[in-house]
Amino acid sequence: MRTFNWLRSSAATTVLGTALLGIFGGGEAAAQGKQLTLCWAAWDPANALVELGKDFTKQSGIEMKYEFVPWTSYADRFLNELNSHGKLCDLIIGDSQWIGGAAENKWYVKLNDFFDKEKISMDDFVPATVVGYSQWPKNSPNYWALPAMADAVGWTYRKDWFSRPEIQSAFKAKYGRDLAPPKTYDELKQIAEFFQGREIDGKKVYGAYIFTERGSEGITMGVTNVLYNYGFGYDNPKRPYQMQGVVNSPEAAKGLEFYKELYKCCTAPGMTNAYMQEGLDAFKSGQVAMQMNWFAFFPGLYKDPNVGGDRIGFFVNPAGPNGHFTQLGGQGISVVATSDRKDDALAYIKWFAQPAVQQKWWQLGGYSALKAVVDAPDFPKSAAFAPQFLESMGIVKDFWAEPSYAQLLLDMQKRVHDYVVADKGTAQQALDLLVKDWTKVFKEQGKQVASQ
Amino acid sequence: MTTILQPDDAIIPGVSEPAKSRATRRVRGLSDRTIAWLFVAPTIALLLVINIFPLAWMIRLSFTSLNLSMSYLPLRFVGLDNFTDILTDEDVWFRLQTTAQFVIWSVALQVVVGFGLALLINRQFRGHSFWTTIILLPMMLSPAVVGNFWTLLLQPQIGPFNYLISLFTGVPPSSFSMTGQVSLAPWTIVLVDTWMWAPYVMLICLAGLRSIPDYIYEAAEVDRASAWRQFWSITLPMTVPFLMLAVLFRAIENFKMFDMVNLLTSGGPGSTTELVSITLKRAAFEKWRTGYSSALAIILFVTVFGAANVYVKALNKVKQR
Repeated sequence: MRTFNWLRSSAATTVLGTALLGIFGGGEAAAQGKQLTLCWAAWDPANALVELGKDFTKQSGIEMKYEFVPWTSYADRFLNELNSHGKLCDLIIGDSQWIGGAAENKWYVKLNDFFDKEKISMDDFVPATVVGYSQWPKNSPNYWALPAMADAVGWTYRKDWFSRPEIQSAFKAKYGRDLAPPKTYDELKQIAEFFQGREIDGKKVYGAYIFTERGSEGITMGVTNVLYNYGFGYDNPKRPYQMQGVVNSPEAAKGLEFYKELYKCCTAPGMTNAYMQEGLDAFKSGQVAMQMNWFAFFPGLYKDPNVGGDRIGFFVNPAGPNGHFTQLGGQGISVVATSDRKDDALAYIKWFAQPAVQQKWWQLGGYSALKAVVDAPDFPKSAAFAPQFLESMGIVKDFWAEPSYAQLLLDMQKRVHDYVVADKGTAQQALDLLVKDWTKVFKEQGKQVASQ
Repeated sequence: MTTILQPDDAIIPGVSEPAKSRATRRVRGLSDRTIAWLFVAPTIALLLVINIFPLAWMIRLSFTSLNLSMSYLPLRFVGLDNFTDILTDEDVWFRLQTTAQFVIWSVALQVVVGFGLALLINRQFRGHSFWTTIILLPMMLSPAVVGNFWTLLLQPQIGPFNYLISLFTGVPPSSFSMTGQVSLAPWTIVLVDTWMWAPYVMLICLAGLRSIPDYIYEAAEVDRASAWRQFWSITLPMTVPFLMLAVLFRAIENFKMFDMVNLLTSGGPGSTTELVSITLKRAAFEKWRTGYSSALAIILFVTVFGAANVYVKALNKVKQR
């Protein structure tokens, strides 16, 4: 009898459970048509996007769900998702370097027809962002994303320290010029050396913060800011994939040596594996005079009660002996090809491309790439870092965006970190090995690689 | 009368009623063998799906050029190219050397520290349980937690570890970086791994120590054997099989060590602490070189499996003595 009772109660529980699942599961299924999942990195601009997205929900009735992943696992997580044809994301704000792989592997929906239909013109966006975030192949009218978050590497400095009379006079006495935000990397190094180990307000401070992270993309995104300006290129513009003498030119080797000197002379102890967050921490805690970081973080830094406002200044990545460029960051927004809600996702992109929405995006802390926003006469005055952002977006260069970018990136991470942080070999050897690595990758990809 | 029931026996004369009914049920139902298979089948199916099939699939992939970041390229059969690439790659050999050094030093230290702790904990003293729990805490933590908090402890400017060293040596705390210097980083991962896993070795050794019968020590005391002599002639020989077991477990674990080292150093500075598991992870899930990484995984599997087998044979010989 007891067994019978147990069976009866179990059956009842099962029936009840199934019914409840039906009710709630069915309800969720019904709501699913009106819900979009947007995938991106977990950082300050993502919070601004959540705020902005409320307007979209209000207008369209479509609920927005977000999957934000920390930068350190952002590429791993979402490339895995795209590779496995997962359905987690309907919309994805993918890194600029992913565009080649995403287009070739058909992970993203091609947006040309949609842009034509909705009269969204890529001419309305900052050219560097269109090439960097949307086009594949590069410089061809094939669009896979809408420029969503313009970004580049810039610098912050302690304006309050720079303006102190005693510091200014000490600097002038030592270097014979006024202490001001550097225009060249030589000037930057002098300033960094000047501040290194100096005591300010009873606290030992350090010269500069630069990227040195090993695991994902950090040191590459840092070192390229110097390399470009010393003469480094990815390949011969006239002979694609011909890297010999371009990647490992003597000028590029000098640039790499310079980055190492800067790392050795003027960074805080222990910064051997540091990227965006460590830079923010170092700057916010009053540890460094100058910080390399992405513009995306500057609105947050400007608002910081301890180092923001009048205490912080911004400058464009300094020039080198052979050019003036900066590393492109930022992302475009794409519709994931495996999404079941492509129409709703396209509706989001249509809404996001509107000038009024882009204007609000900038006001909330995102970086619009729409010309109507950034070319507006009052834009340079709209934020303390806006002029530097504008100038930077005019001089950006990006890493390879080939489908094999991840291999190319990890090879560079290894070679540069080995030389800069681990003191292995010479700069020339590091770049020679890099050419060897990259040649192998491109050959595996079936590309013709000319040696000279 | 005793009758051996056969599953296929239809009529069994002279058998008692209950036995007859059991036999009838078996005949009408399932045989013992079938029932046994039914019980084992889900486990075998699970093993096939989770272990055997992926292994077979991986072996197949290791002979191909598959790169998941370029899955639009046609899949080519490349024969032994991936294996040749790996075995002729200087970098892979460096990573194997780094891994071997890490395994040897960390396991050696863990055995010494673990055995020492076991000897101490084996004695009865006040607060014995409390100290046992405290010592066991590190091994109960997640390697991710350990990696993260040691990163903070070892931070040259704010981490207490450098201050502690500074206290004893007079070296300024921020003048050295345990995870950032080529000369220190390999020792740092050994140190942290030892901190975490020496308690595990201690537990195994403690089991060995507790298994030694008291009468052996009593006999030794009657013979006036010194404590040192008792240790060398009784304690150590009788715990050797346990120590060897601990070495086996820890060596296998450390050979595939990934999480803690990845969090502490990311394989840096440069590639100084890049263990072969980190190389494998990068090849498989960052570079997406599926064919190549499958071949590397097979090489590592065969290495560990082979070494473990040789070791187990040695362990059995020790046990037989």
